[in-house]
Amino acid sequence: MANKKVRVLIAKPGLDGHDRGVKVVARGLRDAGMEVIYLGLRLTPEQIAEAAIQEDVDVVGLDCLSGAHMALFPRTVGLISEKGGSDILVIGGGIIPKKDIPGLKEAGIAEIFGPGTSIDEIVNFIRNRVGGEVK
Amino acid sequence: MSEKKSGKMAERKERFLTTVDGTEVNRVYTPDDLAGSTPEDIGSPGEYPFTRHIMPTGYRGRLWTMRQYAGFATVEETNKRYKYLYEQGQTGFSVAFHLPTQEGYDSDHPLSTGEVGKCGVTIDSLQDMERLWDGIPLADVSTSMTINATAPIILAMYIAAAEKQGADVTKLRGTVQNDILKEYIARNTYIFSPAPSMRLVTDICSYCSQYMPQWNSISISGYHMREAGATAAQEAGFTLANGIAYVEAMIEKGMDVDYFAPQFSFFFAAYSNVLEEVAKFRALRRMWAGIMKDRFAAKNPRSIMLRYHVQTDGFTLTAQQPLNNIVRVTLQALSAVLGGCQSLHTNSFDEALALPSEQAVQVALRTQQIIAHESGATDTVDPLGGAYYIEWLTSEIEKKAVAYINEIDKMGGALKAIEKGFIQKEIATAAYNHQRAVDSGEQVIVGVNQFVTDDEQLTDILEIGIEVEERQIKRIREMKQKRDNEKVKEVLDKVHTTAVSTENIMPVLVEAVKTYATVGEISNTLRDVFGEYREPSIL
Repeated sequence: MANKKVRVLIAKPGLDGHDRGVKVVARGLRDAGMEVIYLGLRLTPEQIAEAAIQEDVDVVGLDCLSGAHMALFPRTVGLISEKGGSDILVIGGGIIPKKDIPGLKEAGIAEIFGPGTSIDEIVNFIRNRVGGEVK
Repeated sequence: MSEKKSGKMAERKERFLTTVDGTEVNRVYTPDDLAGSTPEDIGSPGEYPFTRHIMPTGYRGRLWTMRQYAGFATVEETNKRYKYLYEQGQTGFSVAFHLPTQEGYDSDHPLSTGEVGKCGVTIDSLQDMERLWDGIPLADVSTSMTINATAPIILAMYIAAAEKQGADVTKLRGTVQNDILKEYIARNTYIFSPAPSMRLVTDICSYCSQYMPQWNSISISGYHMREAGATAAQEAGFTLANGIAYVEAMIEKGMDVDYFAPQFSFFFAAYSNVLEEVAKFRALRRMWAGIMKDRFAAKNPRSIMLRYHVQTDGFTLTAQQPLNNIVRVTLQALSAVLGGCQSLHTNSFDEALALPSEQAVQVALRTQQIIAHESGATDTVDPLGGAYYIEWLTSEIEKKAVAYINEIDKMGGALKAIEKGFIQKEIATAAYNHQRAVDSGEQVIVGVNQFVTDDEQLTDILEIGIEVEERQIKRIREMKQKRDNEKVKEVLDKVHTTAVSTENIMPVLVEAVKTYATVGEISNTLRDVFGEYREPSIL
């Protein structure tokens, strides 16, 4: 395949430690042929944005189950853009109330994947948006 | 549906498993399946190895403690929720702290942005702790606190608040989670690296043995590992391996096992596979009794009996068709009761969406009350004991869990197994396999991958606004202006000196919190001495 591998950075901003979902997604994307960098947890939006630029990724996946997403997700996207990564696709997951989703999308989060999402849904969304083979 | 090659009657599936990666279940069980276990392995309730229950009378003597985990926003809102739960018939308190308190930051720290009051109640200083218990006499209640890395500070605050109320500290009843090992494996609210953290854990345990004989000095937790993906057998094996590590650490401190072990307690999850969970709880009691008696030569029955709290499993709650969660919680709570727990929290049906609303919390508590008073499950001790399947499954889970403990022993104990990433990897793999099974439809989740309807979400959910954060930041700044800051500085120096030494940290922390030194200030003093832990990211 001539296509270059999709590079994905996955990270947990804030103090939330629930990392079951984020690890499952990271492994699922890797099994789907993407290159995944799992940055870990307890990170600031600054650290995530910095890493996204340095690692030259196509996609950033953010995850938060503590309810701090409104404070952390938009700030992370903003910083990524500021640092010259406005073409990076940013997606999110966690316990996100439905009514928060429009605000997050307006801030530049392309999609929110809540509980019950399958790995394929995320894989296909990424492939559709940044290229590569759709399953 | 095709007939199996063996010519047997057709069955719906090739294999029947308790859970993904769980135990394969046979068509039927007979007395032959009990060949491996003796009547002594099963025993009588209240007698070694306590397979059937720790008390001879089970729930005929006393029901379990109905203890709902709660905490959100500021202390005033949480105090109101506690009083509400108490009026509704709850029999013990259980405090959820917000993440900054758990991870050693004050509400005005930049890392606390967006987190204040979200996952639990905001506690920055003794002032907050005093207000949390306003109108609730700590001398008369039993309180469990889910706190680990900052457990010494928070326990010190609880002691100080109780003293201020005029309570006799030696008579306080409750539990401090104080289980740092599972934080590195699953829950992730550690601050310091394992060695100094283990010192803090054992400081609390020995302090409680000396001054608070009715307090559970640790709650060794399988719950969070299960939530992170562990199977029932893994939960059992990994938790008891951690338990062994704590007992060894206390013995290394020069303490007699029967001096501290009677105050060790446990905490497990309850999934919806009722029969597997019942077998797990029975296996756990039998295993711990054997470990304490044979490995550590404990003599006091209270050191040998496994006493534990159960929480129904949060991971199984679905955001889709949320009312179905009431049924899931009922099955899970029933398994906890049939399994013989000492204390129980039931989740609320809206928790896959947000913090629970008052109505949802009431249904959760009522679920326990209905099981207690209407189901008949409490009329006889260990009602499922003796069933071929249950006894077989109890032994099967025990076998698998013992194999894990043996493997961890070979690595040099739980701490080494965690450092190697062994336990984390086992759990991550089980979690991944579960997700793949859900995605393929092999594991049915009602309302998620089968029996799906148009998404309906609850509208009446609890939200914590930004004003909570603003109010708390104002409060902590005002408090810092009013207190004697010279005294705070002096006492923090003393905390530093004690942390450097091998002296027990607890007495100086009780002194420190009384000056209104904050969680963040004390944690930073300890960070200066112990450094901070950064996890290797294990997928």
